Amino acid sequence: MRSHSHIVRGLVALAVSTIVFLVPFAFIVLTASKTSADASRFEFSWPGDFVLLQNIAEVFKVRDFVIVRAFINSTTLTVSSVAVMVVLAAMMGYVVQRRTGLFTSAARMLVLAALIVPSAVVPTIWVLQALGLYKQMLGMILIEVTGGLPFCVLLCSAFVATIPRELDEAAALDGAGPLRVFFRVILPLLKPVVVTMVVVQSVAVFNDFTGPLYFLPGEENATVQATLFNFQSQTLSQWNLLFADILLITVPPLVLYLFFNRQIVEGMVNGAVKG
Amino acid sequence: MKSSNAPRRLVALIGSMVVVLCSAACSVGSLGTGEQADGDTTITYLVFNEPSTVKAANALIAAFEKDNPAIKVKLDTMPTGSDGDNVVKTRLSTGEMSDVFSYNSGSLLQAIRPDEYLVSLSDQSWVKDLDKSYLPAVSTAKGLYGAPTGGTTPGGVVYNKAVYAKLGLKIPKTWDQFRANNLLIKKSGIATPVEQTFGDAWTAQLVILADFANIAAVAPQWAADYTANKAHNVDQPALGSWQHLRQLHDDGLLNKDFASATYDKGVEALATGKAANYPMLAGVIDAVRQNHPQYLKDIGMFAMPTATGTDSHLTLFLPSGYYIPKTSTGAKLDAAKKLVAFTQTAKGCELLIQSGSYGPFVNRLCQVPADAPAAIKELQTYVAAGNTGPALESVSPIKGPDLPQLAVEVGSGIRTADSGAKLYDQNVLQQAQQLGLPGW
Amino acid sequence: MTVGTTAVAPAAPAPSEHPPPRRQRGRSTRSRYPLWFLLPGGGLLVLLFVVPTATSFYFSLTRWTLFDSTFIGLENYATFFQDPQLFGSFVHTLVYAVITSVGKVLSGLALAILLNGRIIARGYLRAVVFFPVLVSAVGIGITFKVLFDPFDGLINRVLGIVGIDGPGWLTNPDLALTSVAMVDIWKGVGVSTLIFMAGLVAIPRDYYESAHIDGATDWQRFRFITLPLVGPATMTVVILNVISGLRSFELIWTMTGGGPGFTSDVLASVIYKKYQAGLYGLSTAGNVVMFVVVAAITIPLYRWFRRREVAQ
Repeated sequence: MRSHSHIVRGLVALAVSTIVFLVPFAFIVLTASKTSADASRFEFSWPGDFVLLQNIAEVFKVRDFVIVRAFINSTTLTVSSVAVMVVLAAMMGYVVQRRTGLFTSAARMLVLAALIVPSAVVPTIWVLQALGLYKQMLGMILIEVTGGLPFCVLLCSAFVATIPRELDEAAALDGAGPLRVFFRVILPLLKPVVVTMVVVQSVAVFNDFTGPLYFLPGEENATVQATLFNFQSQTLSQWNLLFADILLITVPPLVLYLFFNRQIVEGMVNGAVKG
Repeated sequence: MKSSNAPRRLVALIGSMVVVLCSAACSVGSLGTGEQADGDTTITYLVFNEPSTVKAANALIAAFEKDNPAIKVKLDTMPTGSDGDNVVKTRLSTGEMSDVFSYNSGSLLQAIRPDEYLVSLSDQSWVKDLDKSYLPAVSTAKGLYGAPTGGTTPGGVVYNKAVYAKLGLKIPKTWDQFRANNLLIKKSGIATPVEQTFGDAWTAQLVILADFANIAAVAPQWAADYTANKAHNVDQPALGSWQHLRQLHDDGLLNKDFASATYDKGVEALATGKAANYPMLAGVIDAVRQNHPQYLKDIGMFAMPTATGTDSHLTLFLPSGYYIPKTSTGAKLDAAKKLVAFTQTAKGCELLIQSGSYGPFVNRLCQVPADAPAAIKELQTYVAAGNTGPALESVSPIKGPDLPQLAVEVGSGIRTADSGAKLYDQNVLQQAQQLGLPGW
Repeated sequence: MTVGTTAVAPAAPAPSEHPPPRRQRGRSTRSRYPLWFLLPGGGLLVLLFVVPTATSFYFSLTRWTLFDSTFIGLENYATFFQDPQLFGSFVHTLVYAVITSVGKVLSGLALAILLNGRIIARGYLRAVVFFPVLVSAVGIGITFKVLFDPFDGLINRVLGIVGIDGPGWLTNPDLALTSVAMVDIWKGVGVSTLIFMAGLVAIPRDYYESAHIDGATDWQRFRFITLPLVGPATMTVVILNVISGLRSFELIWTMTGGGPGFTSDVLASVIYKKYQAGLYGLSTAGNVVMFVVVAAITIPLYRWFRRREVAQ
């Protein structure tokens, strides 16, 4: 009986999600497989000539394989900034949740404000210039870390609340210092949240367009989102190549997501918080 | 003991990420702008990253480096539109501009303070080859700062010759003739008289923007008065353009999907003869060549019909300029000047035409090629007769950000022409105040 | 947002295994949770957020061309408040934020429960739900413009088969904003789902097992275990979605450009247009106004959630 209703529910979910989520995806794939003239008609139709592979090859070849360089740059930027961001945010979120007082309240308000206010481009460049980090990958990494920090701190402090205080107290009684308690006890318990932050922020950094545009100019610093502009113009766009490019740069985050998704499942099997 | 393994793995993961971070930061840092070999100068060259522009820029660099083996040119790109605009302003004001860059000509140039931030090019030998009409667009009272990046872009009405031939229509010169043509086309039922594509809001502006040469022909002072807050959109002759936009809708001349159709759909409708007229830029011709080459012969173009005279004038959007920022000095400055000069030679023009630019051009060394599409050649009659004029944005710095949306409202019959023009006048006020123009 | 309110209802049975936290004051607490943990992150925030933002707030009092600035007092604010589109865009902002955050919170929670339970093709479903988050806004914008096309768009063609004359989703002034909001939910629900999933994972299995033994129904388990214990996730999802709903305009910009006319213009897109036009001082003033509006809505909400949390 139970398993029967499970299957029915599953099938319904399968059907609905396929329609809602995959039809738009199908459009992207179809358009990426068309010729330029065919694609400019913007129809949800089977391509007259199926040229997906040629289009992808074309996207790779454009501008001396700039997309390869863009992939390297975007990956470097994403991996570095997300790693730093997650650790710093977890530390902040932990203390902000556990302690009360003037500093932690101030930190909490700062995080909330940073979440609300959009970044100010030109003054940020001035700061970077003063630090000698403008046009440097390190500067861009710090910008992304700062950008993602508020989201991560908010998430962490909310989830640290679910970890019983006795755990850190017990560890401290065993003689562990605060760093040890944090890295050995708290961070492992935050694993589902860490995975969530890694996935969400990787996507955000990987897909960031305006950040690198202003803070990391220069052809050698191209990022994947910037490559989308190689196929767009006001009066003459190559929509088929644009969509082939979209498809290409969507694949790495999708793989990353599928990989980390297993981590969530694993965390679930282990039963994250068992006190 | 699951719990003892998990943290170790996590720490190891974080550790390896930190290593990646460090190596990335260090290695990328040393990439930098790079040291050069002895005697070689490397300059950077910033252009819009439209496919055609980049292709042309690469061809230009290759030819230039062949002629100047001691100079290396590195291409740098920025997005088109307002993002690119902000990139230019940001990089100039923070002292980080490429050695040569392209940017708007005309009054928009004034927004980047040429006298303070750009190198004067008045003494360059190619200046004498430029068309007189272009000089004010790249100059201030103190000097000339830019060289044209290509040909002008005409704006007007692109039409389908097959439809015109079938109904025996003549190319209209006045708005009344145009209207009569359109009503005939409507009656015949063989095509949509006028294609509009408000799915891309910017396309709605063309009926207004491409009418400007007609206004300037009867009121040469209008642009200056407009800049000085003495002429307004709510008054004639400017109001006429807004009324035309509304009338096209009220006469029932538009395609039924005008509200959702996009530019590319408009191009297709026109190419295949589903639509007879499309108020647009000459860029349509290139789009037809890419996406519907078999119909290229059916495409023609004429100036926006006039309501203010008897002869219509073709509105030309002037080409952008190449500029050199003051942060380029010494050997880099010399190399940058050489590159700009190279673009203004006969060879530079040849490269321009090979890259698909047809003109009309503003450098006398550059002529419309014999194999240009018929539609382009058709426009030469306006040039020959002297019936052309620059677009408003080339002669007045004030253009409000809300024009596309207001044009959509008026063109869709949601708002009256008077109300649209009035709101646009209000919108323009902010820009004029920002620029600190006298009289606002 | 309404879900958020019920989600942390105090009626929930507190996990009895966990005794109430002892508020240990004094040396031990302080050294166990050292303030320097806040330093690296806080330092970055001060350097790359507070300094630039404070600087730009000053520039909201000037006429600013990026090259130079003239102090003009509150004139930018006066100009901004006189903008004829301001009131309309303010209303649109609220509508948009309510639709998208309610939509994302509700469907995010529902999807998370569905995808965390035993269900066929779970891996596939999880991937599919998150997929839209990954695709760049440009691609999404174009795709939905095509699907929403009033004449040959897929949606209206399907409706046509059933005999319904589909509306102009993006061209009807009464519908455009809602249509974009729907796409926004579609694009963003993956993130909410993910956070809720992390929250569900943190709920000890034992609770469900003992509830099962006690013969609790599905609804009862949802109402008295899932909802209250997924609280931290709920708070995060609500706060994040309210803020992004009030601030976002990217999708609006690529799909309607604020149109038709100004019927889908929001506060953020009005400000962005000023920025595009080079009116830097004015757009900065607009950002300050938006900050005040968003903060006035978000901070009380945040406080309320935190009080709830402490009360539990």
